[in-house]
Amino acid sequence: MSDMRTPLSRARGLGSAKKGTHHFWMQRVTALANIPLTLFLVGALVVHAGADYATMTAFLGNPLVGVVMLLLIVSAIYHMRLGLQVVIEDYIHGEASKLLALIANNFFALTIGVACCVAVLKLVTAQ
Amino acid sequence: MSDQVETQKHPRPLSPHIQIYRWTLTMVLSILHRATGVALYAGTALLAGWLLAAASGEEAYAVVQSISTAWYGRLVLFGYSWALFHHMFGGLRHFIWDTGRGFDLRHVEIIARVTAFVPPVLTIVVWVLAYSYLGAF
Repeated sequence: MSDMRTPLSRARGLGSAKKGTHHFWMQRVTALANIPLTLFLVGALVVHAGADYATMTAFLGNPLVGVVMLLLIVSAIYHMRLGLQVVIEDYIHGEASKLLALIANNFFALTIGVACCVAVLKLVTAQ
Repeated sequence: MSDQVETQKHPRPLSPHIQIYRWTLTMVLSILHRATGVALYAGTALLAGWLLAAASGEEAYAVVQSISTAWYGRLVLFGYSWALFHHMFGGLRHFIWDTGRGFDLRHVEIIARVTAFVPPVLTIVVWVLAYSYLGAF
C-alpha cells in the first residue's frame, strides 16, 4: 500500500496520528460513565445541603463513597481533557500557541485530577 | 510571499459566519454545549478546592462554606448545576445521533427542545430539593 504522506510530513510527526478514533471513543465512554457518577455527586450534595463539617467529612470518608468519587474524578477529568483539546484545535491555529495550549490543558487536567484524588484519599484514610 | 500580497489585494471570499444566519435553537444548543463544557472544565477547580478544604480541616472548610453560602457563591453553584445538566443532556443528544438516529428535521427539533428546556427544570428541582433538605421549608 502506497503512503499518501510526504517524507517531511512523516518526519514532523503531525497530521493523522491514528488516534482520532480512540479520542472519539474515549470521549463517549467517559461521557457515559459521567452520567451516573455526576448524578451521584449532585444527589449527595443535595441531601447534605446545610450539613456541618463532621457530617460531610464522615460521608466523604466512607470508602464506598471514596471509590465513586475517585471514579468520577478520573472519568470527568479525562473527559474534559479530551473536550478542551478539541476546542483548542478548533480555535488556536498558531503552531506554537496551539502546542502550548495543549500542554497547558494536560497540566491543568492532571493537576486538578491529582489534587482531587489526594483530597479524597485523605478523607477516606482519615476515617 | 507573492501569494500573501495577492491575498491582501484581493481577499478571498469568506464563508458566512454566525452573524449572517438567522439564529436557530439547534445553533444555540451547539454553542451552549461547548460553552458549558468549557465552564465545567473551569468548574473542576471549584470541586478540587472544596475537596481539598474538606481534607485540610474544619477551618479551611469554613472558608469555602462562607463563600459557597454567600449569594455570589450560590449564583455560581446554580449556574454550575445548570451547566452540568445542560451538558449532560447535550451529550445524551449526541448519543442518540451516534446510533444513526434522530437526524430528520422533526426529531432534531423535538430533541433540541428537550435539551433546551428539561435541564433548567431539573436545575430548579435540584435546588428546591436542596433547600428543603436545608430546612428552608
